[in-house]
Amino acid sequence: MEFFESTSLKLILGAIVLLPLLGFVLNGLTAFRAPERKTIPSVVGPAVMVTAFVLALTVFLRMLGADLHHPIIHSYWSWIPVGNLQIDAALQLDQLSILMTLIITGVGSLIHIFSIGYMKSDPGYARYFAYLNLFVFFMLVLVLGASFPMMFVGWEGVGLCSYLLIGFWFKDREKADAGKKAFIVNRIGDAGFIIAMMLIYANLGTLSFAEVMEAAPAAFVYGGALVTAITLFLFVGATGKSAQIPLYVWLPDAMAGPTPVSALIHAATMVTAGVYLVARAGVLFALAPVTQVVVAGVGVLTALFAATIGLAQYDIKKVLAYSTVSQLGYMFLGVGIGAYSAGVFHLMTHAFFKALLFLGSGAVIHAMHEAFHHTHKDWDAQDMRNMGGLRKYMPITWATMWIATLAIAGVWPFAGFFSKDEIIWLTAASAVGPYAGWYKLYWAVALIAAMLTAFYMTRLMVMTFHGENRSGEKEQKHIHEVPAVMWIPLAVLAVLSVVGGWINVPHAVADLPVLGWLPSSEWLHHWLHPVTAVADEILANGRGPLAEVAPLGGGAGTWAVVSFAIAVTVILIAAKTIGSRTYRPAVESAEPAGFFRVLNRKWYIDELYDTVVVRPVVAISRALWKFVDQGVIDATVNGLGRGARIVGWAGARLQTGQLNTYAFVLIVGVLILLGYIVF
Amino acid sequence: MLTNSLALATILFIIGALGVLIRRNAIILFMCIELMLTSVNLAFVALSRSIGIEGQVFVFFVMAVAAAEAAVGLAIVISLFRHYETVDLKNFNLLRW
Amino acid sequence: MIDTLWWIFAGVAVGSALLTITRKNPIASLLCLLVTFVSLAAIFVLLEAHFLAAMQVIVGAGAMLVLFLFVLMLLNLGNDYRADLRGAGWIIAGCAAIGAIGSVVWRAVGGDARALTLEVEGAAMKATPTANAVAAIGQPLYQDFMVEIQLTAVLLLVAVIGAVLLAKKRV
Repeated sequence: MEFFESTSLKLILGAIVLLPLLGFVLNGLTAFRAPERKTIPSVVGPAVMVTAFVLALTVFLRMLGADLHHPIIHSYWSWIPVGNLQIDAALQLDQLSILMTLIITGVGSLIHIFSIGYMKSDPGYARYFAYLNLFVFFMLVLVLGASFPMMFVGWEGVGLCSYLLIGFWFKDREKADAGKKAFIVNRIGDAGFIIAMMLIYANLGTLSFAEVMEAAPAAFVYGGALVTAITLFLFVGATGKSAQIPLYVWLPDAMAGPTPVSALIHAATMVTAGVYLVARAGVLFALAPVTQVVVAGVGVLTALFAATIGLAQYDIKKVLAYSTVSQLGYMFLGVGIGAYSAGVFHLMTHAFFKALLFLGSGAVIHAMHEAFHHTHKDWDAQDMRNMGGLRKYMPITWATMWIATLAIAGVWPFAGFFSKDEIIWLTAASAVGPYAGWYKLYWAVALIAAMLTAFYMTRLMVMTFHGENRSGEKEQKHIHEVPAVMWIPLAVLAVLSVVGGWINVPHAVADLPVLGWLPSSEWLHHWLHPVTAVADEILANGRGPLAEVAPLGGGAGTWAVVSFAIAVTVILIAAKTIGSRTYRPAVESAEPAGFFRVLNRKWYIDELYDTVVVRPVVAISRALWKFVDQGVIDATVNGLGRGARIVGWAGARLQTGQLNTYAFVLIVGVLILLGYIVF
Repeated sequence: MLTNSLALATILFIIGALGVLIRRNAIILFMCIELMLTSVNLAFVALSRSIGIEGQVFVFFVMAVAAAEAAVGLAIVISLFRHYETVDLKNFNLLRW
Repeated sequence: MIDTLWWIFAGVAVGSALLTITRKNPIASLLCLLVTFVSLAAIFVLLEAHFLAAMQVIVGAGAMLVLFLFVLMLLNLGNDYRADLRGAGWIIAGCAAIGAIGSVVWRAVGGDARALTLEVEGAAMKATPTANAVAAIGQPLYQDFMVEIQLTAVLLLVAVIGAVLLAKKRV
């Protein structure tokens, strides 16, 4: 226990956070002074990440042996001491934050290594690694921060880095606009976060996590309006950062950035910040059952909605983007119903297989790009209609991406099966208490969304890797597997996608015949228990015990088998359906029509936002500019200036230089004085 | 007689002030200033009858200073005239800057 | 008797003062001023300030006005009779100014000029008898006001030097 209170841990935690910042500084200097030098960023970028991961791993191993029940908080300096508000620059170490740190540094290191190959020929190489390191620094501040403001520093910082990295190729107007869109939509959510912070401070007088979670059960009424308001505002912030309805619109556009950026930021780390926030403030959410229904509802609706759009996209990255939005919906469903460890579990497995999917698609895009470059064909390297049959050219990528697809579809024994299944089962089990009807509905929607997930992922794989190659005769000769620096991270992530779920096998599954081959451990649930204990207790008191049987009958084990069977069936159906269609390359394909067109155009949501939100805001801004800024403020200031000049002109008329004038003024002055005295 | 003398002094002062305001010739301006000074002398003398001899002493000094000022002022007018060939105050506006 | 004389001289003084400020010819203006000075000297006599009356004639009329006359002749002014009164606007402004002065003074004396009597206790006729008019002024001057005399002397010296310097053609 002394280790955790000691300065060595303080230094280690500080080092974990600051190493990426050091990487940013060094890479940034390289980017300024010698942008063409690629060796320094190639070494510094991944090295700081790997070092941070190793340090985090040592802390984790120490924590495994110890049995911590309270978070360890190390305060570095006093940041905001204002009257009653004392906020320190402090880092908090507990089971949840170390788990997040391992995910961020581990998956991040793999992505950094992949980037060495992917961005090899890009002129902004050093700048890329600088921004990537800076992003990891802010993300670590976000998950390790000990108070809401500290977390908010990281929150804002990752938003900034997301903007910088999405608009990395800023010379292209569309890509720069995508970066702006991400930042602005995030900001809307941030407003909710700030309001929530103010409400928390106003009612509890503190903003550090430990103190807030301790004081909240006593200070807030269960289900009261105040705590519901606070949690709803926090959730608004989460929807912005984690791309839920209605603020998800930035994430598909964010695919304009380099693919490893999409893998790191928009799959594994930044978008999970919202889920982390809800898990961290679990006590508050547990006190507000109305918010829980809202969170779970928005999550599952987003899951379904995004899945429908993903079915109809042709750009490989867009499919994965909507898949991310959809899976985030599952995570919010998990933390919304109060199953914090389940939500975090899905966060972890999703990090593995989604990063793998993105990196794999990056490999595909890299290969297609090179092929088209060789033959000077200006086809879109990301459009799946231009791919096909890549299995024989890129076997490693094919294999690893299939592993990830099976994981995301929820096929046993891959990682996604356990996490997604647990969330869906717990949704059914939460159908007790006053909001049971809602949860039953959510359960049904979640099952439908799972089917759609399996379908669109299979569609992606079949269109890309199977069937006839549509890239062209000459191009085929130039498509080849990616170099080792790029496929080794894919392989590591594939292994994780297989075994990652085995740390949290629920008892019900372990009791099953064939599927029960894996030992039950529920290790993650027990590991996170100290963090979620208070929230679990509040939920048990408020909602009652969980149901044992799903609304349609059958226990946990039954439904595990059922969802596995559904997943496999849908994959087979999809493979048959998509495989039997003939696709033409993008330039020769017909435009989408009918309902498919609606899905392809993303349900016209962007156009709707443009008409309802963007245009009125721009019009109001223009009116304010013309009438208030120019008409009132500028007029006042300019008017004052003009007035001063007029007064000056009037005064100058007195200075005639004529003696008689001065005599006259003298007499008038004396008269005034005398008059004042006499009268 | 005191009252009347003071009234007379006032009237002469007013006339002198009016002259200063409306004449353009510098030398006539000086003469009007002398008139004003003399009217003040009259007031002093009238009051000294009641109050004391100090009034008349003061008049003595006023006259001395008036004479000195007239001398110097006229010297200035002469040097002005040498420069501008006129003593018309309308043409002198160097005081403007 | 004294009153009558006083009124006569007062009338002459005012009349010639008005003439002073309205004459086109500077020489005429100067001569009118001379008449004003002399009548004022007469009024000084009536007020029993004999020494000052003499001073007024000698210094004011004799020295200053002669100096003015010399300068007028030197600069050869007074030959052209162009009106050198300022414009109508100035005249109106001037009259307004003097009207204001008059009203101030009128107000100061309580609105009733005849009621002005300034009788200080036991200070009536402080002016010494006419037997030794010069001594009446000379004694306080050289006894109580010694410093002022010296300063005036210095002032006159400075004025003389200044006048000489300013009027030289070449310094």
